Amino acid sequence: MSDEAQTIPGLGAPDDTEWETVVGLEVHAELATATKLFSASPNRFGGEPNTHIDPVSLGLPGSLPVLNEKAVELAIRVGLALNCRIQPSVFARKNYFYPDMPKDFQISQYDQPINVDGWLELPSGKRVGIERAHLEEDTGKTVHIGGGGRIHEAGYSLVDYNRAGVPLIEIVGHPELRSAEEARQYVSELRSILVAVGASDGKMEEGSLRVDCNVSVRPTGSDRLGTRCEIKNVNSLRSLGRAVEYEARRQIDLLTSGQAIEQQTRHWNEDDGRTHALRSKEEDYDYRYFPEPDLLPLNPSTEWVEQIRHALPSLPRDRRLGLAEAAPSVDVDHIALAVERSMDELALAAISGGGAPERVMTHIVQNLADGSGELAPESLAELVGMEEAGDLTATQAKKVLAVLVEGGGSPQDAAQTLGFEAMDTGELESLVDSLIAEHAEEWSRFCDGDAKLTGFFVGQVMKATKGRADGKAVTQLLNSRRG
Amino acid sequence: MTAVEIAAAVRSGQRSARSVVDEHLDAIAGGDAGIHAFNLVAAAQARARADEIDGAVAAGSDPGPLAGVPVALKDNLCTRGLATTCSSRILEGWAPPYDATVVEQLHNAGAVVVGKTNMDEFAMGSSTENSAFGPTRNPCDTSRVPGGSSGGSAAAVAAGFAPVALGSDTGGSIRQPAALCGVVGVKPTYGLVSRYGLVAFASSLDQIGPFTTTVADAAAVLDVIGGPDARDSTSISEPQPPVSDTLADGVDGLRVGVLAELSGNGIAPDVAARLKAAVGALESAGARVAEASVPAAVFGLSAYYLIAPAEASSNLARYDGVRYGLRVDGPSTPDMNTATRSAGFGDEVKRRIMIGTYALSAGYYDAYYGKAQKVRTLIIDDFASVWERFDLLVSPTSPTTAFPLGERTADPMAMYMSDVCTVPVNLTGQAAMSVPYGVGDDGLPVGVQIMAPALGEPVMFRAAAVLEASL
Repeated sequence: MSDEAQTIPGLGAPDDTEWETVVGLEVHAELATATKLFSASPNRFGGEPNTHIDPVSLGLPGSLPVLNEKAVELAIRVGLALNCRIQPSVFARKNYFYPDMPKDFQISQYDQPINVDGWLELPSGKRVGIERAHLEEDTGKTVHIGGGGRIHEAGYSLVDYNRAGVPLIEIVGHPELRSAEEARQYVSELRSILVAVGASDGKMEEGSLRVDCNVSVRPTGSDRLGTRCEIKNVNSLRSLGRAVEYEARRQIDLLTSGQAIEQQTRHWNEDDGRTHALRSKEEDYDYRYFPEPDLLPLNPSTEWVEQIRHALPSLPRDRRLGLAEAAPSVDVDHIALAVERSMDELALAAISGGGAPERVMTHIVQNLADGSGELAPESLAELVGMEEAGDLTATQAKKVLAVLVEGGGSPQDAAQTLGFEAMDTGELESLVDSLIAEHAEEWSRFCDGDAKLTGFFVGQVMKATKGRADGKAVTQLLNSRRG
Repeated sequence: MTAVEIAAAVRSGQRSARSVVDEHLDAIAGGDAGIHAFNLVAAAQARARADEIDGAVAAGSDPGPLAGVPVALKDNLCTRGLATTCSSRILEGWAPPYDATVVEQLHNAGAVVVGKTNMDEFAMGSSTENSAFGPTRNPCDTSRVPGGSSGGSAAAVAAGFAPVALGSDTGGSIRQPAALCGVVGVKPTYGLVSRYGLVAFASSLDQIGPFTTTVADAAAVLDVIGGPDARDSTSISEPQPPVSDTLADGVDGLRVGVLAELSGNGIAPDVAARLKAAVGALESAGARVAEASVPAAVFGLSAYYLIAPAEASSNLARYDGVRYGLRVDGPSTPDMNTATRSAGFGDEVKRRIMIGTYALSAGYYDAYYGKAQKVRTLIIDDFASVWERFDLLVSPTSPTTAFPLGERTADPMAMYMSDVCTVPVNLTGQAAMSVPYGVGDDGLPVGVQIMAPALGEPVMFRAAAVLEASL
């Protein structure tokens, strides 16, 4: 995620100190079950349209839902990872007409959700409250044919029910985020948690993680919430940041020009970088929620919940804390990145195997972006040791690392194969002395204090040794020759 | 021949299933024009199935406890490849791709489906006059209604078209037509019979049950269709003992309550007289009879006519013209939905969808749906305290005998009153059945309702058998 742009060209962040941005997020994540929430059809992305279906997921007359126990387990895992209270819950029907919703109601949870009152900690240490994380079923997908794919201009529409009935967990956060960047961090962290506990694959691009954001602004220092707008169609972390910044800017502009904010649902358009009104509060559906009579109340036993709790893997927050403890001098962003890339275990093992924490982390962050491949932790530790001993230069170490990632093995062997043998000091001294003699003018400027000439001499040495020399050793040697 | 007799004859090879089925198909062909019990007669399929059963018997295997028994199915039970209409235009052309659990169970027991029976549209009604395909007539007097909503099933059994029919009972839709047609009708405990494949009207109230001419036949069918089903989350997960085994155990020492709130006001004198006779018969057989009171039962009808429409408004949302059944085109999807539903649903269905939608609306939920659920809880509590003192309760099944066609169609409230005695038991989920007990002043059948606590079917059937024998 660090490679995604954080600033938006042509639109500055709403940095007006008089205004504060308030963001609350509703995140829908598809749960990684084998089958759907209420039937035995496969829960799988894609596939020929209308092949992952059955009477229940098509909502055929007479069909009845049967709850998928695995989905409940995954929801409880998420609840526990988000520090929620797991409580007895009730499924409810959310009634509204839409062609891709087979029953014209969605089975969701309403006033008694399975997970309530939790929190999520951002890498910065800030805690964001989680109101609830409840189970519900997904809808199908409608494809509008003709008219540029827009519903109002389409010649006709086709519906694919493969996704209908796929289990979702909807995680509703409190409006405690204060910037686009915090919103991005929240979703990024939530995604890491969902992936870590095995609840979801977290793929925003395939729609298995979807974000609706509620944005409002208020005068800085106010403790009242402003009128909010809900932004839909935010399909990446980058869009999320852009949409929040755009929307906050729009609201601030309205307010500062004396206009009021209308509570609306708005649609983020990736192409023009704006949000557009979809419907106002008055046009909102009356969902006529009532308890789903075809399902029994869900009351997971304490034993089951505890069993799930004990089986939970280590969470990103704990993993960050663990790595930070082992590498105290390393930047928190690098710690977070290592955890996000699931390389914290490798780092910890290399550090405990004797590798210098800073060097280990430098490799993890800079040189292992595409994964660690066949690299063994002890090899990483050994490689770092060779660097520290001056047996390998940084450039050489990077090349050795690439070999280890590709095919494993020991750094000693790899270095030898690559012809990287540390130069002995005498060889380096005589080379430096001959270069000083060769470039007398440059040498006298260096001696007069022109620091740029350090680079010149190091470059010459590297050229002559084909990169075998250690740059740091050369610099030391030059300084000692200057006297 | 009763179902039990047919099965015995077919299993022993005394009679062929084919001859039994042909006989009933002939009866339908000769008589149904004047009754209209059936929406669809599956003659070819039934004959093929009968031959299959005869083949099994010839090969020495046992086709099951209902071998060769012709069965008529209410047209809201899903039958694979066979049109299932709920007597509504909106399901025009739809044939389910699967069988309801009860249909599978009947098939596995050797029964033969002969057709799908007429009903009030989506089971909403008490006379079978709300069918998009025209009313069913009462075989006892064709100027009268058969009751409803399972009027076609009741009429089919009463007319001898099939010894067994299945119906569904949401507020009395099995018991009331059974009473009006003079046959046995059972509403089992909620959750005893799987609802998978029953097109939902009001999910928390719907229950499938049999119509038969004898109590023993009803027991035999219930023993086949009752039991756990993983496809219905509200199905009771423990298997129950067969009702047939204890049918002859009598009522000696049983405590029977005459349910005051359902047996006094509004009950026609000739109906009340038959109840009195039934009570006498139970007493003679050794039951201890006293008056019982369930004060909240008088609110049953009001609560029912909020809860059932509320659930129906949601259950019937799916008939939107998108996936199956009728579609009436419109300029946009919402227009198409509206045009389809306007053309496809009858007046009573529309009325209940509107009532239910209103009862669930923001701002009205607490006053209507919420309050109705509280009343439901009160009724459950009242019954629970009565069950501490009684093993069974009795009342009339219907306040009157069969009424003339057209008499109540213009007055929904008068029609709704037909369900006053039957509705409370749907709200509580308890077992109940109607047993024919003679005739009223007009010579038309009168039914006595026997109610039992949840899973009290064995005791309920013992009383039913005593009443049947006392006639």
